[in-house]
Amino acid sequence: MDETIISKKEIPQQTEVDVVNQFTGERWYYSDIVKDHFFNPRNLLLKDPAEGEFDAYGMVGSPACGDVMTVWLKIDSESTRIKDLRWRTFGCGSAIAATSIFSVMVTEDGGRTIDEALGIKPQHIMERLGGLPNRKIHCSVLVDKAFHKAINDYFRKTGQFDKIMVAGSKVIDPKLNITDKDIEEAVLEGAVDLDGVQKKLKVGIGSPEIITEVEQLIRFYKEKYYG
Amino acid sequence: MEIKSIVKEVYLDHAATTYLDPRVKIVMEPYWEADFGNPAALYRPGRIAKDAVEGARATVAKIFNCRADDVIFTAGSTEADNLAIFGTARAHQHLGKHIITSAIEHHVIMNSLDAIKKEDFEVSFAPVDEEGILKLDELEKNIRPDTIIVSVMYANNEIGTIQPIAEIGKLIKRIREERKAAGNQTPIFFHSDAAQAAGFLDLDVQKLGVDLFVVSGSKIYGPKGIAAMFVRQGVRIKPIFYGGGQERNIRSGTESVPLIVGMAEALRLADEEREKESARLAELRDYLIKRLTTEIPKTILNGHPIKRLPNNVNVSVLDIEGEGVILYLDAEGIYISTGSACTSLTLDPSHVILALGRPYEHAHASLRFTLGKRTTKEDLDYVMEVLPRVVVKLRQISPLNLSMDQREVSHPEAFAGQGSRVKVGGKTYK
Repeated sequence: MDETIISKKEIPQQTEVDVVNQFTGERWYYSDIVKDHFFNPRNLLLKDPAEGEFDAYGMVGSPACGDVMTVWLKIDSESTRIKDLRWRTFGCGSAIAATSIFSVMVTEDGGRTIDEALGIKPQHIMERLGGLPNRKIHCSVLVDKAFHKAINDYFRKTGQFDKIMVAGSKVIDPKLNITDKDIEEAVLEGAVDLDGVQKKLKVGIGSPEIITEVEQLIRFYKEKYYG
Repeated sequence: MEIKSIVKEVYLDHAATTYLDPRVKIVMEPYWEADFGNPAALYRPGRIAKDAVEGARATVAKIFNCRADDVIFTAGSTEADNLAIFGTARAHQHLGKHIITSAIEHHVIMNSLDAIKKEDFEVSFAPVDEEGILKLDELEKNIRPDTIIVSVMYANNEIGTIQPIAEIGKLIKRIREERKAAGNQTPIFFHSDAAQAAGFLDLDVQKLGVDLFVVSGSKIYGPKGIAAMFVRQGVRIKPIFYGGGQERNIRSGTESVPLIVGMAEALRLADEEREKESARLAELRDYLIKRLTTEIPKTILNGHPIKRLPNNVNVSVLDIEGEGVILYLDAEGIYISTGSACTSLTLDPSHVILALGRPYEHAHASLRFTLGKRTTKEDLDYVMEVLPRVVVKLRQISPLNLSMDQREVSHPEAFAGQGSRVKVGGKTYK
């Protein structure tokens, strides 16, 4: 049948099934590059970092399956090149491989600049990995998002508030570029009142007109997560 | 990448499926080519086939302790369970539209019940305790005057927990008597999927008090694609597909004689060797549990320590993710399974581990080892030689550091603002 020929073309050079779902029998395959990075991960953070050892930090979780990825960055402030990216990932084989290869892509050839690195999209990671099973993409390739978070953290720490990226959320504090998402995160981290949130975000300091809205959001997220 | 040649292979996924016992294969052999007749035919080859099917039915009936007429063969336990749910529910829906099941059923029941809700049936889930045992009082509380089916698996496929089926059977009997006294005409039927229990537990349907009972060929060293179902006299089942009216007009389609014969022989052998093999495996099971929980730090046994299948070991190795472990072990020739979201089609973590009141990280970290006929102590020693190394490596990769008694998601902030549907102890993070 033609169908089988087509499906064989879609997954070249892969003959071995890596994972078979126990309930559905669905199979998926990992490329040799994926396997290499899974079995020999690069740039892993081995020891917990000392205070101030890294310039920025970002963590993101996959809403689909619960995978969690964290990245730590060292950035050259003059050239904005990423001098080091270390990571840890709680997730499946492809999640680990995607994080590992991203760490290579960002730091190779003397390190990409922040702008160059932000240009790395999930499809570039996919290409470098030699492809991923379709339904594994959205949950595995989260490292670019963790990286964005870390870069925002860097901008915040270095006072470059105007550069903070706020895609997909609403800016609450225009001076510091703080979004509803940031406030949600602070609440989830355990800040349950304005004081607590301000300790983390400095939100509304210098902009008293937004305090009511911030307090409303804190109440909303507190209700949402802690009942 | 270094390509390792596999020196040893250890299959520890017998709950997924088993190999065919060579003795079963021999018994099946004549019915593929020599005695290929259709049991419905009146001439000699047909009669030979019919005799084989009826002989198989009698063999199964003997083990179930029921009449041969009460045994139905279907193409696998998924079909049988669907018949038990849809067939029974639809045939009696004018009398009641409420069904109860446990929170840790196999996907066949969960998804069937999800589908039947669209036919205006109501479904309740009876909770289990921290060790996965159904709470009988909660089950009883959930029974309503219009409840027509109670479906509880005999033993759980993931954590091996054995449910008090005979006690539930007694409860159902009492409810039936109470209804009779109250003039309530609504019948209540007790269905139990025994796919995992067969070969290890008593399958006497009279002692268990079940009305619908399902055993699969593929889990007992029999052929795949065949199951035997007990349907108690008086339980009406509306077919879910239509044809020539075979199997008491419940399950149409020409009988697969070799599979039916193989199924019966596999069940006969399983029952014959049940006690001896269960004792052997229980010892190996406890040996593996002890080594896992003492030699690998932060390893928690999932399920009940004693009320569990003799071949089931399920642990959560905290801070790591199951698919990664499976791939690392696969590279060393060890084959196991996990309740991690990463290996499920829906990307949902195991509902069974979550039903025990654990955070999703425990489901992600769950590893299931199911032993079988050919499993030896040496196999388990090999696992314990390889696994601790793999765990050390994967823990290095993981950013998590859960405490043993932690019941909350460790980094909810990581999911903020993404429309997350990570569930924790009944709480959904959105």
